[in-house]
Amino acid sequence: MAERIAPSTGIAMPSVREIFMGFFSIGINGFGGVMPFARMMLVEQRHWLSADEFLDALSMCQFVPGPNIVNLAVAVGGRFQGPLGSLAGMAGIMAAPMVIVIAAYTLLMQMAESPVVIGALRGMSAVAAGLVVALGVKLATPLLRKKDWLSLGFTLASVGAVGGLALPLLPTLAVLIPAAIAAQWWWMKGRAR
Amino acid sequence: MVVDEGARTMSDLLDLVALFAKIGLVAVGGVIALIPEIQREVVSVHGWMDAHTFATLFTLAQAAPGPNLLLVTLIGWYRAGLAGALVATSALVMPPAILTYVLSSAWRRLRSAPWLDSVQTGMNSVTVGLIAAAGILLVRASAVSWVALSLSVATTIVLMRTKIHPLWLLAGGAVLGALGLV
Repeated sequence: MAERIAPSTGIAMPSVREIFMGFFSIGINGFGGVMPFARMMLVEQRHWLSADEFLDALSMCQFVPGPNIVNLAVAVGGRFQGPLGSLAGMAGIMAAPMVIVIAAYTLLMQMAESPVVIGALRGMSAVAAGLVVALGVKLATPLLRKKDWLSLGFTLASVGAVGGLALPLLPTLAVLIPAAIAAQWWWMKGRAR
Repeated sequence: MVVDEGARTMSDLLDLVALFAKIGLVAVGGVIALIPEIQREVVSVHGWMDAHTFATLFTLAQAAPGPNLLLVTLIGWYRAGLAGALVATSALVMPPAILTYVLSSAWRRLRSAPWLDSVQTGMNSVTVGLIAAAGILLVRASAVSWVALSLSVATTIVLMRTKIHPLWLLAGGAVLGALGLV
């Protein structure tokens, strides 16, 4: 395994247990977005990764399907301790949040008849929906600013297909993603010429 | 209790595995981008819950610490208890995890490949659309009143203009709702 370690930060290799504990601490801290905490723990506190390595790992986790933070735990854990390290990272990041969310759900369902609880959940649901809309708008803004009509065309196609027509995701992506990649490839080639 | 012990059959668990393993593999752009698909499967295709319950589970997942794939944990729990929660979460997480593990040693070479830029830009444009669709669906499911709809709109505007932590907004929504205003 030793050859897979980039000793860029000059720290001792974390053990499986340390990997679990490190990601456990990210899991319990990451209210409303885990990535900033992940960076703080990995780069600034424990020096497991350099800032560049973190960006590198992050870009890969965004490229691979699946939840980014879990993929990050897999990549970082695996880098130090192989498959066992990956499992430890995954288990670490998921353990506490899973217990907390199930406990919260169970507790709320005990009081599901209470108008206060029903009302609070209604209010929170409306806010949570707004959070997702804001995320969508924030991600679309750079495309609008750059007047990237090609990308925006595919964005609209995917909103329409999945949100408007409620088409199944798998066939929709099977058409849209290759088409979007081919269009970008063609466009970038044209501009480079 | 919503969870019926008797319903926790093997076939429930297998349904969860089949559904979330499939969804995990197309999880481009994280779990939020998957909401339309998860809702379509869980509410429309399988009829496991109504759209309102789905929105409530998403809200709890969003309010809890940790990754937002907790939505899937809660759907598993709702459907088949603890076994369901574990099975659904693992099914979603494992296929991409294996892919990540395999890819991570090759990433340094791949990232400078000339085609990667068009792949990322292309995938990103589609993902943004999926997230927007998720927002529309959730607003539709949670807009039980004009006040609720206005609260969604206000949240969007506040987040666009300030750097306030989303948790404060969730807490504010909870208070307004608990007072019976939403």
